[in-house]
Amino acid sequence: MSAPAPSMFTPAAKVMAEKLGLKMGRANLEEFAATLEELAKANPNIIAVTSDSRGSGKLAPFGKNLPKQLVEVGIAEQNLVGITAGLAACGKKSFGVSPGCFLTARSLEQIKNDICYSDVPAVLIGISSGTSYGALGTTHHSLHDLAVLRAINNLTIIVPADNFETRAAIQFAAKATKPVFVRFGKAAMFNLHKSETKFTVGKAIQLRDGNDVAFIATGETAVHALLAAGKLAEQGLNCRVISMHSIKPLDTEVILKAGRECRAVITVEEHLVNGGLGEACASVLLQGGASKPFRIVAIPDEETVPGAQADIFRHYGISMEGLSETALKLLK
Amino acid sequence: MGKLVLSDHELALKSVQLRKKTLEAIHDAGAGHTGGGLSCLDVLNVLYNRILNVSPETFGSATRDRYVQSKGHSVEALYAVLADRGFFPEADLKTICHYQSHMVGHPTRHIHGIEMNTGALGHGLPICIGMALAAKMDSAAYRVFTLLGDGELAEGSNWEAALAAAHYKLDNLTAIIDHNTLQISGHTRDVMSNEPLDEKWRAFGWAVKIVNGHDYAALTEALSKPAEIGKPTCIIANTTKGKGVSFMENVAKWHHGVPSDAELKQALGELNAAAAKLKEAA
Repeated sequence: MSAPAPSMFTPAAKVMAEKLGLKMGRANLEEFAATLEELAKANPNIIAVTSDSRGSGKLAPFGKNLPKQLVEVGIAEQNLVGITAGLAACGKKSFGVSPGCFLTARSLEQIKNDICYSDVPAVLIGISSGTSYGALGTTHHSLHDLAVLRAINNLTIIVPADNFETRAAIQFAAKATKPVFVRFGKAAMFNLHKSETKFTVGKAIQLRDGNDVAFIATGETAVHALLAAGKLAEQGLNCRVISMHSIKPLDTEVILKAGRECRAVITVEEHLVNGGLGEACASVLLQGGASKPFRIVAIPDEETVPGAQADIFRHYGISMEGLSETALKLLK
Repeated sequence: MGKLVLSDHELALKSVQLRKKTLEAIHDAGAGHTGGGLSCLDVLNVLYNRILNVSPETFGSATRDRYVQSKGHSVEALYAVLADRGFFPEADLKTICHYQSHMVGHPTRHIHGIEMNTGALGHGLPICIGMALAAKMDSAAYRVFTLLGDGELAEGSNWEAALAAAHYKLDNLTAIIDHNTLQISGHTRDVMSNEPLDEKWRAFGWAVKIVNGHDYAALTEALSKPAEIGKPTCIIANTTKGKGVSFMENVAKWHHGVPSDAELKQALGELNAAAAKLKEAA
């Protein structure tokens, strides 16, 4: 009998979430699958391409309800991306759906050439990204994907934080005329946004205002930054929290504003420290003459600690407690 | 079948001219892939003048036939054929590999007539499966063609695609293998043996035809229609690397050798003599 996966949130973090009025939603993976099926029912040109990943991608209902709009390629990720590109080149709105670890490493050349360089309006969905597969180990982690994809021209990269951002990202991708990559995890996520929030690719969303520390977080780390801001408020610190859902194009204006207005900047991401959001922000801040005390909270350049996703997050300080501590140290 | 219909004799004469243009383009560019361009040129000539339902005017049509050159390095031969078919002015061939010219050393969609950007090997076949699936989904009659090098077959992605094409019964897909038996380092059998090719493709569920890749009638017959309903077609075109120029034929170094002024002169002389002989025979 396997041990139950530890919660992504400590009891104290859950209390803070309640205090901040956050409600638990479903996994972004589930939100993606539901959104894609809704869109595909209305648009028969939407085609999902899977690499024996319809179960992992929560697309079994899609395959059952819309069998003519799902192409199964078997365990063959290079072929998945090439086929996704060919479909897009012939007028289909194709979504290649595969675990982020395989999609963005094994098929990198296909992403670079068949989709981005050939400039076809295909969408790639990295499911169960980051450390979502936790204890399955490094083979199944995608902590390189943002770095390698940032280095490829002509690709919009979106890392949604919650169900709202996921739905909006998929809606955007379905209409996009250029290549799009979206990655997310499979753990249930708190909803961070009010219903009237506007989602625009390339424009970050400020979740909370403050001038002491600016947390610039991407994807499913944003909630931890928000909880940390709540905890720091109890100590008299006003922290800004920014959900940087678009890694490319990057909202440089918001980053520079944070650098100019706040006493310190902390970036947070479920990615290796190399080449991800943190280094992108550092580049913007330094080149914009807005350098402040700065920390990148990410997975360090080492063999990732074994454990469930929640263990890994806590081990590397991607948690309410860890981020609060980093902020306090940085302000000293 | 395309609108232009040329006799075998006319195609043969055209191939001589296209070989000259290919060599001149590579010489002018100071770079290029000579041997493989010359080996696949007759295939390209037959495709664009007899088979493909595509023209400069109809290239934007959703129902055009698709051709993706997986062996993208043989771009000079492809550009020579496309220029001849009027996709762009022949003068553009002078800009290959020049600063700010989109005529880089591998095909790009910036050039009228190019479907997909290729050049890294093992990409064309998966892309063509996507295209062929799209045609089936739309009940469209267009066909999809790709040209692979025989050395290229060492890329594993081809075999992922070979499985999928048969699985989906893509009889609107034709893969042509430029079987010239040489690659950059030498004989394919020495670098990474892949024979018997026909048995491999048959075992993967394809209908296979073996033809002389310099025989216009045989190529036309093989390319005109799918070999078998319910199966993708693999045409193994037996070719000669460096075809048409005595000192380039079957010599591995001409894979990407660039002719000097003297070598170009000699090559053009041989091709002119071949053209004269063809005219005389007529």
